[in-house]
Amino acid sequence: MQPLHNKTSEAPTALHNVAADNLRFIRATMEGASYFTGISGKGYVATGLSAAAAATFAAQQTTSQAWLAVWMAELVLACAISFAMTIHKSKAQGKTLWTGSGRRALLAFVPAMLVGGIFTGKLAWQGDVSLLPALWLALFGASVLAASQHSLRLLSYMGAAFIALASLVLLDWLPTNPALGLGFGGLHILFGVLIWRHHGG
Amino acid sequence: MVASARAHKAVSKTDSSKKTSKPVLKASKSESATDLDKLIHERTRLALVSALAASPALTFNDLKSLLQITDGNLSVHARKLEDAGYIECSKGFEGRVPRTEYRLTNSGRTALHKYITHMEALIGAMKKL
Repeated sequence: MQPLHNKTSEAPTALHNVAADNLRFIRATMEGASYFTGISGKGYVATGLSAAAAATFAAQQTTSQAWLAVWMAELVLACAISFAMTIHKSKAQGKTLWTGSGRRALLAFVPAMLVGGIFTGKLAWQGDVSLLPALWLALFGASVLAASQHSLRLLSYMGAAFIALASLVLLDWLPTNPALGLGFGGLHILFGVLIWRHHGG
Repeated sequence: MVASARAHKAVSKTDSSKKTSKPVLKASKSESATDLDKLIHERTRLALVSALAASPALTFNDLKSLLQITDGNLSVHARKLEDAGYIECSKGFEGRVPRTEYRLTNSGRTALHKYITHMEALIGAMKKL
């Protein structure tokens, strides 16, 4: 009698587990699918081109203040291009940057950028900008890596590449201006093209 | 009803969901499980429908990247859902790059809702035993 009892009690348990597993699977898939795809590949390419130009221009500056001013102007320009293009692409997809996955990606992106802003202010105030290139590359990489959890997986590789570049700068294996050009210029262009190709402009 | 009939027709042409045959077999013994939508019970198609339920539209590449499946596999399963009227596909170009976009239809959303209700009912029924 005992084996028969066990057999009959196993079937409902299995069915219950299968149903629960299916519901978990649906929930996980829906959460995964609601990632933000409004990142503009064209915007990244444009940002990369402006950063490459900024890197060239900044390298020609003779004072640290002028060098910093060039990069601050580039920051404003790059943010304007990226946001405008991303908002445009999101609208075309019927999504918005301010709700759902767009908002989550944005909120994940912002903290490390704010930290970068605070440190930049402090170091610029002290007149020591030598650490800024590595700091910018590392914190921007961290921001992108964090945002990639709610957006395109491709961005995680971009974030990691920025952090790797920052490490090379800190180890003095790469000069600062070429590293900034390679990161904010080259990586943006490379990943912009990849995003454009695989996820739309 | 039309969508449902198309769905069953599409299922009859499928591989009969080899991986999920065991749970379906058990479910068929229960009266509440007889009308299980076999078309979306298959894992890849369930994932496709679930993903499209969470997003207004997803491109072929978005879905491929999200579900981590091959082009061929995605095409086959998407076609079955399309034949059933659960999803709709629009093809176009973005610049020179072809772009295939999928959306969930009302029938597909209803089917997923019914499937979820079905699963919840099964869990509820088993808890009472």
